[in-house]
Amino acid sequence: MKLGHPYFAPLRLLASAVSMLAVLLAGCATPSTLRGTGDLGVVIERASGTVQVVTQQPPRLLARVEGLGDLSHASVVFSRDARYAFVFGRDGGLSKVDLLTGRLAGRVLQAGNSIGGAISSDGRIVVAQNYEPGGVRLFDAETLAPLADISTRDPVSGLASKVVGLADLPGNRFAFSLFEAGEIWVADATDPRHPVVTRYAGVGRNPYDGLASSDGRYYLAGLYGEDGLALLDTWHPETGVRRILDGYGHGEEKLPVYKMPHLRGWAMAGEYAFLPAIGRHEVLVADSRTWQERTRVPVYGQPVFAMAEPSGRRVWVNFAFPHNDTVQVIDVPTMQVVRTLKPGRGILHMEFTGRGDAVWLSSRDDDRLVVVDTRTLEMSTVLPARNPSGIFFTWRAARMGM
Amino acid sequence: MLYLLARSVWVRCLVLTAASIVFLTMAVEAAAAPVPEVRLRHLVRQDCGSCHGLTFRGGLGSPLTPAALVDKPDESLVATILDGRPGTAMPPWRPFLSPDEALAVVRWLREGAPE
Repeated sequence: MKLGHPYFAPLRLLASAVSMLAVLLAGCATPSTLRGTGDLGVVIERASGTVQVVTQQPPRLLARVEGLGDLSHASVVFSRDARYAFVFGRDGGLSKVDLLTGRLAGRVLQAGNSIGGAISSDGRIVVAQNYEPGGVRLFDAETLAPLADISTRDPVSGLASKVVGLADLPGNRFAFSLFEAGEIWVADATDPRHPVVTRYAGVGRNPYDGLASSDGRYYLAGLYGEDGLALLDTWHPETGVRRILDGYGHGEEKLPVYKMPHLRGWAMAGEYAFLPAIGRHEVLVADSRTWQERTRVPVYGQPVFAMAEPSGRRVWVNFAFPHNDTVQVIDVPTMQVVRTLKPGRGILHMEFTGRGDAVWLSSRDDDRLVVVDTRTLEMSTVLPARNPSGIFFTWRAARMGM
Repeated sequence: MLYLLARSVWVRCLVLTAASIVFLTMAVEAAAAPVPEVRLRHLVRQDCGSCHGLTFRGGLGSPLTPAALVDKPDESLVATILDGRPGTAMPPWRPFLSPDEALAVVRWLREGAPE
């Protein structure tokens, strides 16, 4: 007997109700509501105090998270499961953004004036580096509860140095530099409530930023007040900090620097380290084992970021005002600039995808993100963004020194 | 009487013409100004802000809030903007700003840099 018989009409209704319910239930559990975070990232919108959560492929906006305060010079690290982004704002705000829900999962105002942060090798400690009141602060990555403070206040002068160049090292250690005091400190946070600090004094005048190599062995501080960089080999801490690329300016008058360069682990490409010169329109190239100068590449302006593609085959460079409408691409084997791009006004930051098929550029003054295909060096996508600055992809979660 | 009326009309026309020439000149000068106010403020907030902070509360560069500037005379601030501070990271902005523009920047910062 077919269901079309009048006798079965109520049964038919019930059947359709059941199937509708089944569809609804299936809808709730459908795989499309699940998502990995490996292809996500966050973009800082500095003027509006918001961050975009984006997908890398296809490049698009997933969510906009508001209420993060003053994000001028904000930076980001990721939780080890790459679900959460810790955003360090200039106003001392430390915000934890849930990439999957697109919401704030926590926020503390931890200082008056902050510049960035790092996450420990075990992923349990988030550390913020501060300008005001100076020093660094350690927080529980889960709850953002404070764990410890490391003061950089000099007991004699009473002056607290601004902290720059904070980077994580293996074994829950952190390295950072003191701008006024000219020191490098390494903090061992094996006991996160009682970090133990080793100080290296007299490393040079005005360290402005620092980096840890991606194997966590070397810590490098760029010096604004001297022609050279300070290097600590953490495998041989007993040898102390030594100067590398000393006197690269040859005593010549420096060109004015309209924006401080940035250093991070992406400066390394195979056997080389690519480092922005200060006050010279050059990228310095050092051997990443002997730290001797190998060459220097003349570029268009004062370099801000010199970033190696994940393959190490090419290095991309952006520039300080008034040259910040330009990006240059250096070919590593020939050490030549092979392409000069004009992707937009106010190019503040660049971020490669994990395997380097694309690079995202933030154009602050054109209110857009420009995605460039690294194979063709052509723009492939343009996305709207409000005064974008830093772009951070989740591959950083698994990388030391990032 | 008629003569006086005619004369005053003539004078009025002359005055009006002269005034419009002055206004036109001012308008042309304003249009030719190297850095309009909106662009100047954008430059200060974004490019000075990269060291001094977008809200001018300081960074590697010193704070530029009204309270931080209160005991510093206009002339010395203008000189710092135009020629930088040797021995520090403060660069000279003379290639990009005129003395008048530097003074406008100082006055704007003293007001708390309103939008």
